[in-house]
Amino acid sequence: MKPEDIGEMWFEYEGTPLKWHYPIGLLFDLHASHTALPWSITVHFKDFPEKDLLHCPSNSVIEAHFMSSIKEADALKHKGQVINEMQKKDHKQLWMGLQNDKFDQFWAINRKLMEYPAEEGGFRYIPFRIYQTVSERPFIQKLFRPITAEGQPHTLIDLLKEVSPFAVSQGGGEKKYQVVIHGIEPMLETPVQWLSEHLSYPDNFLHISVIPISTD
Amino acid sequence: MPGSLLWVIDIYGRVYTLSTAGQIWELCRDGRLEFKRVTATEPCCWGIASDHQVYVYVHSSEVPIRYQEETFENQRWNPVDGFCDRLLPSDRWQWSDITGLVHQPLDSFHLPSEHWEWEADWYVDENIDGDPTEKGGWTYAIDFPATYTKDKKWNSCVRRRRWIRYRRYKSRDTWAKVPSQNAGPLPDPFSDLSVGGWDITEEPMGRLSLWAVSLQGKVWYREGICHHNPEGSSWEEVSTPGEVVQISCGPSDLVWAVMWEGQLLVREGISRENPKGSSWVVVESPSSEVGAVHVSVGVSVVWAVTKDRKVWFRRGINSHNPCGTGWIGMVGEMVMLSVGVNDQVWGISCDDRAICFRQGVTSNELSGKTWRVITAARDDRSQASSANSLASAGCFFSGEVQVPTETSIMSDTGSSSEAEAQQDTDGETAKIRIPKVTSDSFISDLVSDKETKLNRRMLEGAIPEEGPPLEQESSKAAGETATNAACRTSRGPQWSNVDLEEAQVGSDATDSSSLSSVATYNFGLEDQYGVDEHPLWAWVCGGGCVVDAHMPLNWFNSTSALATSLQSMSLSITPAQTAVWRKQIFEQLSERTKREVDSFRHYEQAVEQSVWVKKGNMQWWRDWKPNKWIDVQFALEQFSGAEGNRDGILFIYYMFNDEKKYLHAFINEVTILVPVVSDTKHTFAIYTPERTKQRWPIRLAATTEQEMYDWLTLLSLSCNESQGIQGAPSKHAIWSTTCKGDIFVSEPIPSLEASPYPLPCDQMYWRQIGGHLHLVECGGPGIVWGIGYNHTAWVYSGGYGGGFFQGLSSSNVHPQTDVKNVYIYENQRWNPVTGYSSRGLPTDRFMWSDISGLQECTKTNTKPPSPLWIWVSDWSIDYNSPGGTDREGWQYATDFPATYHGHKTIKDFVRRRRWARKSKISTTGPWLEVPPITLWDITIQPCSSSRSPEEHVSVWGISNKGDVLCRLGVTQQTPEGTSWLHVGTDQPFKSISLGSCNQLWAVARDGSAFYRGSVSPHSPAGDCWYHIPSPARQKLLQVSVGRTSVYAVDENGNLWYRHGLTPSYPQGSSWEHISNNVRKVSVGPLDQVWIIADKVQGSHSLSCGTVCHRLGVQPMDPKGQSWDYGIGGGWDHISVRANSQEAPRISLPLASDKSMNPRGEAPAINGRVVGC
Repeated sequence: MKPEDIGEMWFEYEGTPLKWHYPIGLLFDLHASHTALPWSITVHFKDFPEKDLLHCPSNSVIEAHFMSSIKEADALKHKGQVINEMQKKDHKQLWMGLQNDKFDQFWAINRKLMEYPAEEGGFRYIPFRIYQTVSERPFIQKLFRPITAEGQPHTLIDLLKEVSPFAVSQGGGEKKYQVVIHGIEPMLETPVQWLSEHLSYPDNFLHISVIPISTD
Repeated sequence: MPGSLLWVIDIYGRVYTLSTAGQIWELCRDGRLEFKRVTATEPCCWGIASDHQVYVYVHSSEVPIRYQEETFENQRWNPVDGFCDRLLPSDRWQWSDITGLVHQPLDSFHLPSEHWEWEADWYVDENIDGDPTEKGGWTYAIDFPATYTKDKKWNSCVRRRRWIRYRRYKSRDTWAKVPSQNAGPLPDPFSDLSVGGWDITEEPMGRLSLWAVSLQGKVWYREGICHHNPEGSSWEEVSTPGEVVQISCGPSDLVWAVMWEGQLLVREGISRENPKGSSWVVVESPSSEVGAVHVSVGVSVVWAVTKDRKVWFRRGINSHNPCGTGWIGMVGEMVMLSVGVNDQVWGISCDDRAICFRQGVTSNELSGKTWRVITAARDDRSQASSANSLASAGCFFSGEVQVPTETSIMSDTGSSSEAEAQQDTDGETAKIRIPKVTSDSFISDLVSDKETKLNRRMLEGAIPEEGPPLEQESSKAAGETATNAACRTSRGPQWSNVDLEEAQVGSDATDSSSLSSVATYNFGLEDQYGVDEHPLWAWVCGGGCVVDAHMPLNWFNSTSALATSLQSMSLSITPAQTAVWRKQIFEQLSERTKREVDSFRHYEQAVEQSVWVKKGNMQWWRDWKPNKWIDVQFALEQFSGAEGNRDGILFIYYMFNDEKKYLHAFINEVTILVPVVSDTKHTFAIYTPERTKQRWPIRLAATTEQEMYDWLTLLSLSCNESQGIQGAPSKHAIWSTTCKGDIFVSEPIPSLEASPYPLPCDQMYWRQIGGHLHLVECGGPGIVWGIGYNHTAWVYSGGYGGGFFQGLSSSNVHPQTDVKNVYIYENQRWNPVTGYSSRGLPTDRFMWSDISGLQECTKTNTKPPSPLWIWVSDWSIDYNSPGGTDREGWQYATDFPATYHGHKTIKDFVRRRRWARKSKISTTGPWLEVPPITLWDITIQPCSSSRSPEEHVSVWGISNKGDVLCRLGVTQQTPEGTSWLHVGTDQPFKSISLGSCNQLWAVARDGSAFYRGSVSPHSPAGDCWYHIPSPARQKLLQVSVGRTSVYAVDENGNLWYRHGLTPSYPQGSSWEHISNNVRKVSVGPLDQVWIIADKVQGSHSLSCGTVCHRLGVQPMDPKGQSWDYGIGGGWDHISVRANSQEAPRISLPLASDKSMNPRGEAPAINGRVVGC
């Protein structure tokens, strides 16, 4: 391969370009959850799929994307108050913790983003995104409160019913879709507030994959 | 298990404890009594039982609570009979106290209560001024009263001697009834009590303030509680402006009470001299509409609850203003609150009667952050389940879902009627448990109106949890229980939700049920997952529970087994949430980890580097004068060697006269890395053998603490790797501590003790082990103990790392804390106008200074020793300064600097007093606490590692009070042993050492030495003490015993060798002076002698606290010849007592062999050849 042929690197799996700005666990759940590990993906240096992928010229772009996700999540959770009250160094620590795989460093700051006033029983809105391979839309994101008007906790099934009803629709008693977070299928009775606190990705979003169950 | 206890009472009056190290509510060992109130400190817990009597529960400890009774026998000489007990009519009694004023015959002494026993009979004290006499203990004088001498003179007309008898408190680990009062005003039954005041003063030891409220609203104070009188002596009434209902006493000078009308009372004037205080001040209730019902105080916080269950925090409390300034409303509704040690707070929540812990309470944020429910499981399987809290909540197993009926829910009845209802359904339970708490109006009121709400809540809350997957489970479970029920109906409705085997339902017992809770609890039955039930609590006391905001606690999830895969998550489970979905998530996650991670662990790292460099900017303490910090570039270059072993070089690039220069050091030459943290700079020192000789290390400063620790970790790993060291220290390791409390360990090679050419000790490689210790002692085989600055005993866990070492380079590390005092001095000079004042002469020292007077140290500018330390107390006067003080803590002298004494004389023109402030460090290391006794010294018998692992190893200690203790049950497998055996002495001790052949030597606080006779493996405690006089005019400080040698160090830094030791006469004959400027000595199992020496001159500088090795020690010459100097200064302690590796035997080399390798490996080989 000649040096002049080397363009920006990108990854592909079974014809699908992989978005670098999605968490890798999500990409795996979404596209390859039925394959055997290790996951084989193809690395390309040519023919960058401009319409599918964002460019990634340097790792500061990744950092900026990560921080903007965190800020968006906090806007939903606390009207952005927590993240705005943090200092620049705290923001840096979140990123450095993630980048260097230092969980303690990361969690020392992220913990504050996961707090909420006890009297409210949860966040303002749950930061979540639902991904469906079958849909044209990249993902669904809506405002969804963790607690019902009566003060009862909303569960995962409540969320899906409101946002993505087909995912829990049952045709003839058969389950047609798997609802996967972090490679597992949490019970639909799980309160979303708990999921948001404990199964959010580092960007503070709950990334939920809805995967069709293959009929064969 | 180490850890302190949180005490609670459930609504049935049963007392439970929760250990800070545990996660299960344990039923109090002595569970016969039911209690209304408990109030705890670390050593003991007081309570009011349902019989309205006061009980005290003193925790057992290996050191007995003993009290020495004494009386004097007086005699007068007459020409006929000589000395006899016929005294003159004007004389004192024949038996009297020391002053002669009180008549005290032997039979006038009685045990104070049934909880005491005599240790032995009366005996004569034959020790006079620390020296044993053989004169029957008599001391002589011309007449009463006079000065007594031990020698009889021609004019000695009277004599006296002291008789001693010890009594011992025996009722420990049990509720001991406090004897009721015989004299004085008799209190009516008590309704509340609170213990505290342990921080007010250290004299007498273990002093406590106990405040109580009687049913008539009077306040009482218990006099005379201290360590050797745990029951106290009498109740004294303290008058109050109104009727009091509840009282709370903090660890120091805060005492608050709640009055019947809802106002609060604050006690003022509590001090060291007057722990009862002098007057009350009224503080209004936080809320204008409703009065306060409960108050709890700590060191500098006050929390209160008003009648509407709102929680309030008092602002502005400090030692000058015990009343504070205003109330702040807090989140949460509580029944009551308890403030414990470190101002931590617990409460009982209003809606579900769960115990909540206030998280995030620190000295900067005393009000904390959030309430967190403690979800520990209860360990009361042995209990009859009749009074089970679940039963009271109305959830019985049943085959079908039915609407709860009014009768089972007990809507309007109090809990006592509830209990009756329970009795009705509970025909077979022989002993009916009547909840005695309900006799207390305060609680019963709460129980009755809260419980019904709770029942409803639980049932209502349960229904939405039902989901499709649950139905299968629950119907299955219901089917099972129905089957169970069918076959056991004859046995009545007794059941337990702990064990499915016992789950029985009377078919007619109840018709209330909640389907989902059946399913949930059915899961709980299988594997103890989640909380097994939802206990209802009535009272909590954290006064004996030592936690702080940084301490990891296991109280909040009882899912320990599964939580490991998710340990990073903070699981805020409330009991209602222990649902199936949670368990499924844990199971799926651990399965996923297995599938996606564990199966690929054997994969090698994809990226491998052969050379890499880490660079950084640092400051370097430059070598040339004037010495100062200069900016340098620092780099570590690491590369893989030919055989795969790593090596590296350190570079320091600096500018010298505008010229670029560099300094370098090979990683394999580095002998030690020493962190030197101060409040201004984050520095560390790098030593090589050459630098050790110079006493001038490479000193570097990083810009941030984190950066310094990153570098230290990296450098340590590189050095360890290049030395081929990994994992835990070996059984022969040499342990040492520095004056900063850092712990260093070195692996000895056999030639370290070779003679005549041992390994020079500046070539020894030391690595740091996490933790903070004052001293560390090792012995055989692999048993290591340490003592912290706060005298806490620690045993080595067998791990390594901790401290600044992160995850991978650590193993078996645990949290460790240590506390030490920081001292500053307040100096004053006398002048004729104002007397003593803080106006000194212009030439004087600072009016607030360090001990030398050279450094200004004010209360505000004095910082904790390093950023690792935090303040945990306020400044307070230290009344225990060496030399003694007057009542205000002052020490007087003629001028600065001079010797100070504790009383004022006419010649004194200056005075000073010492202020102390406690600071605390929280770190980690391979150490486990050995509670509860605090230690002064410890010794472990050196022995060869060839013993079997089960064989017992002798370990002796000196407690903080000077008691001599022998640790039982210490083996290689259980290095912490099992218990202390107390060995009686007539005076306090300070140092102890046990030799390889069971020679036990000790030093008493008066500076004389003792030898313990007949210590053997069969009688580990020996039989009696032999007094060994100290060297003339010297007071001994420390002793160390090896295989045959005995060495001691005195207060003036002299090292002494004990002459004339033989197996038949193990006490020896005399002390021989070996060296001066010695601080500590450690003699090992090869009779090798190592010391910590002061004033060691290097080529660049002088060092204090240097490790030195005695050269030329041979079986025929145990005193050796000269010293070899190793690492230092700043070293405080060394222990070589585990190194029993003999050097390879060699013959004396010939002159031609002088060029032999000094490292000592070569002589072994050469020696064989030459020696032929």
